Amino acid sequence: MITTSHLSIGYVINGSIHTLIEDLNLDLHAGELICLMGPNGVGKSTLLRTLAGLQQPIKGEIIGPDKKNIALVLTDRISSANMTVFDLVTYGRYPYLGWNLSLSETDHKIIEESIRHVHIQHLAEKRLYELSDGQMQMAMIARALAQQTPVLLLDEPTAHLDLNNRVEIMNLLRSLSRNAGKAILVTTHELDLALQTSDQIWLITADKKIKKGIPEDLVLDGSFDEVFQFKGFDLKTGKVEHESHRNKSIQLIGEGYPFLWTKNALERSGYAVEEDKGKMVISIHVKNKISWKFNDDQFESLADLLTALSLK
Amino acid sequence: MRLGKRPKESTFQRFYIMSQFRFWKPGIILTLLLINLFIADLLFGSVSISITDLYVALFKNTDSNAREIIWHFRLPKALTCLLAGSALSTAGLLMQTLFRNPLAGPDVLGLSSGASLMVALMIFLGQAGITLLHIISVNPWSLAIAASFGGAIVFLLVIVLAQYIKDNTALLIIGLMISAATSSIVAVLQYISRAEDLQTFMIWSLGNVGGTSWREIQVLIFVVLLGIIISIRQMKSLNGWLLGENYSKSLGINIQRSRLWIVASTALLTGSVTAFCGPIAFVGLAVPHLMRLFIRTANHKIQLPFVMIGGASLLLFCDLISQIPGNGQLLPLNAVTSMIGAPLVIWMVIRNKKVSI
Repeated sequence: MITTSHLSIGYVINGSIHTLIEDLNLDLHAGELICLMGPNGVGKSTLLRTLAGLQQPIKGEIIGPDKKNIALVLTDRISSANMTVFDLVTYGRYPYLGWNLSLSETDHKIIEESIRHVHIQHLAEKRLYELSDGQMQMAMIARALAQQTPVLLLDEPTAHLDLNNRVEIMNLLRSLSRNAGKAILVTTHELDLALQTSDQIWLITADKKIKKGIPEDLVLDGSFDEVFQFKGFDLKTGKVEHESHRNKSIQLIGEGYPFLWTKNALERSGYAVEEDKGKMVISIHVKNKISWKFNDDQFESLADLLTALSLK
Repeated sequence: MRLGKRPKESTFQRFYIMSQFRFWKPGIILTLLLINLFIADLLFGSVSISITDLYVALFKNTDSNAREIIWHFRLPKALTCLLAGSALSTAGLLMQTLFRNPLAGPDVLGLSSGASLMVALMIFLGQAGITLLHIISVNPWSLAIAASFGGAIVFLLVIVLAQYIKDNTALLIIGLMISAATSSIVAVLQYISRAEDLQTFMIWSLGNVGGTSWREIQVLIFVVLLGIIISIRQMKSLNGWLLGENYSKSLGINIQRSRLWIVASTALLTGSVTAFCGPIAFVGLAVPHLMRLFIRTANHKIQLPFVMIGGASLLLFCDLISQIPGNGQLLPLNAVTSMIGAPLVIWMVIRNKKVSI
């Protein structure tokens, strides 16, 4: 849907050019969900605006639909709190309306479908200041859908949202690309969600280039570690690294989720957990409910167990 | 706002039609209020006229005192209130939306200040014997011409600047700076002028809707209508400005052109009213807020007609109040607009606890 060749992006201040990312040869296809990632300030939003035709590229060219056929969800604040969700979604029809803004039957249908698609029917009459951040984001996506474009570009749609809303939005975008065949590009900081939902990741690297690939490849070849310089986060296991500062090793016996979460609790508290050896032995028993056995004592919760351990 | 019967309306369409319908009631109430205020403005004054006298004076061709008062004084004045009120309020709404700033008013572009400067120059220097200015100043239209000229100069300046400056906030600041600079020149002129000239200028600067002739009203109607038609044609881009530049562009709105039209419309509306009535304060700032708190919508298709009717009503009301002293004594209009408008806005804001553009 969008193809760029030798594209350089950036901005011009007082005649001097600041290039943010250069020599981009990108392809955004229909039915594809792509996450654009990179540290703060590297030019994710600028690239998005340039692809959308809102900003001139510094070099190179972009082949794609005109700006009316690219729907946007930006981080720009909307200054009118009196606006209703319905009014907001109506904006999606503006490219098709005359100066007098009268909505046809088709326009009404499309607005309704868009609102239903993101499941915010109950919010249609609400004003924007009454919405939570997650609901606001859904309304913005509904507005973009009402524009009925083949391409959807979203700038940080999951920022400031709780886990539930983040997952909901990424799943929605996923299904829009799969089922409606839209080409979707999302900038995000949510590494774990991006890894699990996107078809491809465009990673902005330190040398002003973009590295493209499917998420798993980029994890395994260390590209993410290079770009984000993780401090205490092991991407390959998806866990935060803990220092076993207590210098005590524990042998843990058990299996399944109880085992994983017990291990998590112990490691978080600074113990080294082994499966076959260790000075102290803890066994997990699952009958009607979970209990832990340590030195012949029975514990009903991990909190009690940790307290007992810390006294040793 | 089509309400015709349609086959198979969906839930949402019904909701939409309902939501449009909810504006009819306040709309009708406000229009009735306007009509009543207009009639009241014709009836009350230094001489009270009864409804029957008013009817006779307006529609029967008989010679009477009432007829003289109505046709030569009250009707022009009421029409001027109507036009000036709706023009200034519309201009205020345009500026608040364009600058996305609730404190913007019709005079933020510096038009009123430009007009004030020219009027001050003419009054103070014209009387002081500079020939060319003196010739102009004996013309009965002189104040209006000077004010239009001053407003037009500032308008051209702002239009040219608006072409080059892409940022609305920068434009707003430049407008405010023009105001500040011209006001200081006016202050200097006042400082060095004679007492009687100072009074002439003070009276002009306090705003006056009573002095307009039928010829002037014709001009006013023409220019105000032009400004209002432009503003109505800009409805879509005005709504677009609420979402900001990026979204507007992506919705296919030509923001550069729309900004020029909005500025042009504001200049026509503010400039013409200032030329004939002096710098009327506060109405343009207050009415858009009052109307938004009254009907709570962000859609300019609804806001524009409400703001026009509301502005006309408020100015007519203020004119009625200004006659309270009786015996042909009038309170200065600018004092009344702020005295009436400020408590009204404060009350509405406290009641709603939330203000936005």
